[in-house]
Amino acid sequence: MAKRERPVDVVLVGFGWTAAIIAQELTDAGVQVLALERGEFRDTVPDFATDTIQDELRYAVRKQIFESPERETLTFRNSADQTALPMRHLGSFLPAAGVGGAGVHWNGQCWRFLPQDFEIRTHTEQRYGRKFIPESMNLQDWGVTYDELEPHYDRFEYLCGVSGTAGNIGGVKQAGGNPFEGARKRGYPLPPLKRCASTVLFDKAAREAGFDPFPCPAANASKPYRNPLGVQMGQCTYCGYCEWFGCGNYSKASPQTTILPVLLKKANFSYRTRCNVTRVNTDNTGKRATGVTYVDVDGNEIEQPAGMVVLCAFAQHNVHLLLLSKIGTPYDPTTGRGVVGRNYAYQITSSVDVFQKEILNPFMGAGALGQGVDNFNGDNFDHGPLGFIGGGYIALWNTGGRPILQHYLPKDAPTWGSGWKKVMHDNYLTATSIATHGSVMSYRSNYLDLDPTWRDDYGNPLLRLTFDFQPNEHAMSDYLTDQATKIAQAIPDATHHVKKRDGHYSIVPYQTTHNTGGAAMGADPTTSVVNRYLQSWDVPNLFVMGASVFPQNAGYNPTGTVGALTFWAAEAMKRYLKNPGPLVSA
Amino acid sequence: MTARIGIAITLSLGFAGLCAAGAVAANASTSARTSPGPHASVQHGRYLVRAGDCMACHTASNGAPYAGGRAVPTPFGTIYSTNITPDPDTGIGRWDGDDFYRAMHQGIARDGHRLYPAFPYPWFTKLSRDDVRDIKAYLDTRARVRQRDIAPKLPWPLSVRGAMAAWDAMYFDAGTYRADPGKSAQWNRGAYLVRGVGHCSACHGDKNFAGAVDAKHPLGGGFAEHVFAPALTGGKRDGLGKWSEQDIVDYLGTGRNAITTAAGPMAEVVSQSTRYLSEPDLRAIAVYLKSLPAPPQDDIAEADAAVMRHGAALYLDNCEGCHLRGGTGEPGAFPPLRNSSAIQARQPDTLIATILRGDAVPATDADPTGLAMPAFDKRLDDGDIAALTTYIRQAWGNHAGVVSRADVKDLREKLHRNPN
Repeated sequence: MAKRERPVDVVLVGFGWTAAIIAQELTDAGVQVLALERGEFRDTVPDFATDTIQDELRYAVRKQIFESPERETLTFRNSADQTALPMRHLGSFLPAAGVGGAGVHWNGQCWRFLPQDFEIRTHTEQRYGRKFIPESMNLQDWGVTYDELEPHYDRFEYLCGVSGTAGNIGGVKQAGGNPFEGARKRGYPLPPLKRCASTVLFDKAAREAGFDPFPCPAANASKPYRNPLGVQMGQCTYCGYCEWFGCGNYSKASPQTTILPVLLKKANFSYRTRCNVTRVNTDNTGKRATGVTYVDVDGNEIEQPAGMVVLCAFAQHNVHLLLLSKIGTPYDPTTGRGVVGRNYAYQITSSVDVFQKEILNPFMGAGALGQGVDNFNGDNFDHGPLGFIGGGYIALWNTGGRPILQHYLPKDAPTWGSGWKKVMHDNYLTATSIATHGSVMSYRSNYLDLDPTWRDDYGNPLLRLTFDFQPNEHAMSDYLTDQATKIAQAIPDATHHVKKRDGHYSIVPYQTTHNTGGAAMGADPTTSVVNRYLQSWDVPNLFVMGASVFPQNAGYNPTGTVGALTFWAAEAMKRYLKNPGPLVSA
Repeated sequence: MTARIGIAITLSLGFAGLCAAGAVAANASTSARTSPGPHASVQHGRYLVRAGDCMACHTASNGAPYAGGRAVPTPFGTIYSTNITPDPDTGIGRWDGDDFYRAMHQGIARDGHRLYPAFPYPWFTKLSRDDVRDIKAYLDTRARVRQRDIAPKLPWPLSVRGAMAAWDAMYFDAGTYRADPGKSAQWNRGAYLVRGVGHCSACHGDKNFAGAVDAKHPLGGGFAEHVFAPALTGGKRDGLGKWSEQDIVDYLGTGRNAITTAAGPMAEVVSQSTRYLSEPDLRAIAVYLKSLPAPPQDDIAEADAAVMRHGAALYLDNCEGCHLRGGTGEPGAFPPLRNSSAIQARQPDTLIATILRGDAVPATDADPTGLAMPAFDKRLDDGDIAALTTYIRQAWGNHAGVVSRADVKDLREKLHRNPN
């Protein structure tokens, strides 16, 4: 018999970015909010203190601050005719565990999606015709527009103190910014980060190749910053330990550096750590959530009643929880019916390593210190003759020059011994790399469901991921890589190593933690799990946050859009709390 | 009987003094009132209780507010703060206004025993009778907590309360604050707060062998727990000589200003006490402190070049990320080290303790981020910290004494023995 806790107005599953925003917004609206976090409490000091955090072996290699697959994992296969097996080491993507979530270890690459990204089906049909869209592709509009999200992008950027150069303010193009971006109400809160030798190199080469480079938007503070909540950030020191590390200098936006100092003082907010939510409970109609059940650190099963439940865990964990809780119709790949687990997508990346003569001092880096071009993102270019859908940015990110993992060696370099040492010595200060960051569409054959064989610590079926890159994505990524190569070729006295993304998707090498979908948002309940306000179509007092609601993935890092959608949903939740019921009639 | 003593002492100070104090107290907007109703009296009492930071000492960690029991380490032994809740048996519930005034004014408890001057009656004696009445009125509204006081752990003869009579005779003059007619009302209000309820010199003053503050130089800097509270006099290097009135107002009101941020025990004072003071009172304090002259400066020995090189390298590796090149810091976020009076204080203990233990700026409503510095005690050894602190005290135009390895070793051991 599960122990029953005292009811709360709102329970949040997870305590990362989306939970911190929702908690801040809803406690301001006067309700009692509780966050349940499976990991530990963490804060800048002592957990990410500058005297200990810059330890690449501990954090980047041994993956100290991520979720541990011994406790929590999924099974994987490329296609439905294979047998999925558990992922026993983190590789392709790195979900977090602990307060702050992946908001602690992200790089701070904080983008807005393009206006057409949100209406991609309508836009594609209008420009290229219905037949342009492959049969197997579940291309969907989001049910929300860029213009509706703009004020919420703005709120997230000002919360985070994003450093950048605007490209389009109120429809007026701005010199030095991204000419392709959607119109923004005002510029970024902070000027762009300082340039480094490699981004200057990229900028020049991209211009020579005929493209339009701009400083990538960075949630790494270029100057001391005080956000609208009064929370302070310090100036980035370019230490090069953003990605996969917590920031010791209060410079990278995270829940800890932007919201928690205010939120944790509130009498109507509380959180519990080491509490693993295993079910969303519903009443006997199945149409109303009554709270959640979680397992605490001692293995006790505890029921937490709540008036409203918000799933704020990492993308696939939200989907896992919906499936385990039997909320919404699970997706059936044979019939194409059902929605939960449908629309899983990812991103496709490639790179061109550049070996040139100029000393670049790569160790002076920041997670989002980059120069990029958006000429080949979304539908910023004519896809007609190319025959594929989607795109991505091309950027040179100088995230750091960490000794173990962040170096670039020529293609046939020795992999050990004195030969390796020599090429390492010869290239460390001068080599760099241009990355492409491509979108991935949703397909009938890519989805999430419950594994029939493998179970987790709590006896629940593991989530099963069935995913592979499709011809559309390979064609797009190859095209993007060719454009990146043109930039590399414009760098003087350089040789290149072009690393295309060939073949099947592999879950082993790290690519990106931009897993999306499985609980898609949309206007049609037969193709989406949540409505345009991220409210469950089936259970109106249940909301789902994060990238799990993306109907397909765009060619940008997702956090900016996740933040904007969260503020957007928080506004809707406030309306819901005053007048409970479906916010959109099905 | 007790009432008569209290009155007698007040009379002996003369009516002029009392009236002047009343005028000073009435200058600040928060205390401007004619005949206070009970509510106004309680509200004003709360203001003064915060100004005196009474709760900080009279509340044990995780203990009930004002129930006492917090260990107050003194150079002579440990004294425990007392229960000042209105509980009749273990608190001050049976005390009347005269009893309370005698304790505040003369350092004598209701039963006649002499209080140890860890209770700041040498400062509270300056308070006007009305202010003391309001403090009691506020304390009377607090929740009663039944909690017996803990006997002090002091060696003989200090363990004999009567010995305090001798101390009082030598070092204590009871007397309400007398306004200086040659100064402005604002200056007098500031002096009243600093020298009275604020009891600033309890930390910022040099103490003699008996623990009494040097009456001639009450704000010339002094030890507080394990750190050195810098001078509040007009020295340009280790005092407030380079601070503007606004800098002082900002610091006390928010824990930070253009020059530095509060740290250590002062961070607690800001977050529990000074940030609640009214702007006119903060400004009055600033006006008073800015009027204090600079003391003569000691001769400073130049550090060895090799030590400075070692210190500079350590600074680059450990400190520069936040405090930046040249010790400029980020005003409002990470304290500047250049030109800092805390860094250039006569004694380096605050700087050493901060490096050993780490610290955080106070989180306030206006500045909710308690920006923190990690502890470096495991990363840097005594010699490293001596070189680093010497460097910080003599780089970028700073000018303060060399720190020895022994200075660091002693403080590290002291902090290890008594982490509070």
